Amino acid sequence: MDKSEHLKLYQEMVVIRRLEEKSAELYQQGKIGGFLHLYIGQEAVSTGLISVRRPEDRVITAYRDHGVAINCGLSAREVLAELLGKATGCSGGKGGSMHLADVNKNFWGGHAIVGAHLPIATGLALGDQYSGNKAVTLCMFGDGATNIGYFHEAINMSKVWNLPVLWVCENNQYGMGTAVDRASAVSEISQKASGYGMPAERVDGMDLMAVRAKAAEMIEKIRSGSGPMMLEILTYRFRGHSMGDPERYRKADEVHHWQENDPIGIYRKYILDQGIATSAELDFQDDEAEAVVADAVAFAEASPDPAPEELYTHVYVEE
Amino acid sequence: MARITMREAISQALWEEMEKDPKVFILGEEVGVWGGTYAVTKGFYDHFGGDRVRDTPIAETAIIGGAIGAALTGLRPVAELMTINFAFSAFDHIVNQAAKMHYMFNGQMVLPMVIRAVGGGGRQLGATHSQTPDAIFAHFPGLKVVAPGTPADAKGLLKAAIRSDDPVMFIEHATLYQMRGEVPDGDYVVPIGKSTVQRPGRDITLVTYSKMLEVSLKAADQLAKDGIDVEIVDLRSLRPLDMDPVVESFKKTNRAVIVEEGWKSYGVGSEVAARLYEQAFDYADAPIKRIAQTEVPLPYNRALEQSALPNVDTVIAGVKEVLNG
Repeated sequence: MDKSEHLKLYQEMVVIRRLEEKSAELYQQGKIGGFLHLYIGQEAVSTGLISVRRPEDRVITAYRDHGVAINCGLSAREVLAELLGKATGCSGGKGGSMHLADVNKNFWGGHAIVGAHLPIATGLALGDQYSGNKAVTLCMFGDGATNIGYFHEAINMSKVWNLPVLWVCENNQYGMGTAVDRASAVSEISQKASGYGMPAERVDGMDLMAVRAKAAEMIEKIRSGSGPMMLEILTYRFRGHSMGDPERYRKADEVHHWQENDPIGIYRKYILDQGIATSAELDFQDDEAEAVVADAVAFAEASPDPAPEELYTHVYVEE
Repeated sequence: MARITMREAISQALWEEMEKDPKVFILGEEVGVWGGTYAVTKGFYDHFGGDRVRDTPIAETAIIGGAIGAALTGLRPVAELMTINFAFSAFDHIVNQAAKMHYMFNGQMVLPMVIRAVGGGGRQLGATHSQTPDAIFAHFPGLKVVAPGTPADAKGLLKAAIRSDDPVMFIEHATLYQMRGEVPDGDYVVPIGKSTVQRPGRDITLVTYSKMLEVSLKAADQLAKDGIDVEIVDLRSLRPLDMDPVVESFKKTNRAVIVEEGWKSYGVGSEVAARLYEQAFDYADAPIKRIAQTEVPLPYNRALEQSALPNVDTVIAGVKEVLNG
């Protein structure tokens, strides 16, 4: 990676952080409805992972999808507009926070039912295998999704058919308020791959460079025909599960401990330690990120609601 | 035009569409090496190969979820559920994913996929394997639901379903596979969402579909001997539901009976009757009658099971009740 790439990834992470902070504010002002699941603390996971995909590689994720959308190249404008339910949102205001997508950027959504997108990811990879495309599907899901039947059906079928999928478990330690070891028979999620004869790795998700290195290696193996693999990425969400989370299930000390391992701070230190860029240059990226988000807020707030007749469009392709 | 069975008609539609379009492929339990549990895909595996006739694990969410994903990439999967009773294992993927993704992502995602599922009672398979839950699937906007009652409609509707860019539930009835009928050769397509008059008549309108079309036609033949001239409208598609031929017939006969194999409560008959009252209340000369399955889980015992299903006698009795009431 050259300097400009480092600065780009650093800025992406900061954009996600500022966008999420702003979303929380807008939610509290009643401008965002429904559920809102923030990605704060997990930025290095999707930023690292998606930075090594090729344009033909498909990305699909669960409902904590704002950061993933930004990393896939959606603009902060269309993400925030979707959160505000506006016509200019990436899903026309009909999807909301949990249903961001842009298929032209190979981002296949934001899916709100825990685990349900895993079988769909199997199908995406099947489509590429069937059509002879050299593409890899990156399917992201939380630790909680590995306890539901969909997970097991999907990864079994992907292995039986040797499909090009990287199963990426974002282990943020809690499925809503239930700790991994209270819900999963094994707390090292990557062990679950062994039951399907699938290679698996674990990596520190607070370290962007570590995520990148491991993901790049696995994606290229899969592209060359190795069959599916699983990557468990250890991370932590600094905020609650969603905006209405009283956080009775974890202690403030634990949260503070993880916050000291802020993925943005770790990456910033790496860039400085390696002499890639100066503190002033990174501060400039911080300012740019602020500006991107401020512009997105202005854009989203000024955007129109969907026209009333949009209620009836896209129920079917052929009416 | 050839006289063939419903099984052959379905098989023909699949075969011809697969020959025509390399994007069409089949996946499901025992569809390949076995040749299909009901032998619909017999010979397909040898001809088209295992990539296009894919045997799956017994994993309904992976079958339907897999079909959704493949459809998103532009393929045209035909997913077979060994029976519609197993659709409940994949319910989330059918009604919560397939039915909603086009809308929820504002038209970005297109799902040209077919779910073939066979249902129906009367084969002593017990309560879990004998259901006719068609109305449940027809409840969800975003899905199209078709259920043919003749071999010709089976061929024509399946071709339309495979070519449709929307997800379509194609519901077959297990006791109709041996039914014979005239089926046009070659590229015969029946549009989805068009009801049709299967038997013209003057005295009363019988609205039905799938297996109950066969039962209703037999009942109509017997009623004709008593001088009762029954008009039969075959819905063929449950969603979208085409009420025009139903309303037109009702305005002529002023009396209607709806016959379905599923349970009466919240069913197809309830929907059709409500729409008739909404659209043609002033034309009613008698209350509309619904004939449906007795509201119990179907028992194994043959006599008990048969007594719970609508048959020629119950249809005749229902028609006479409405005419004489």
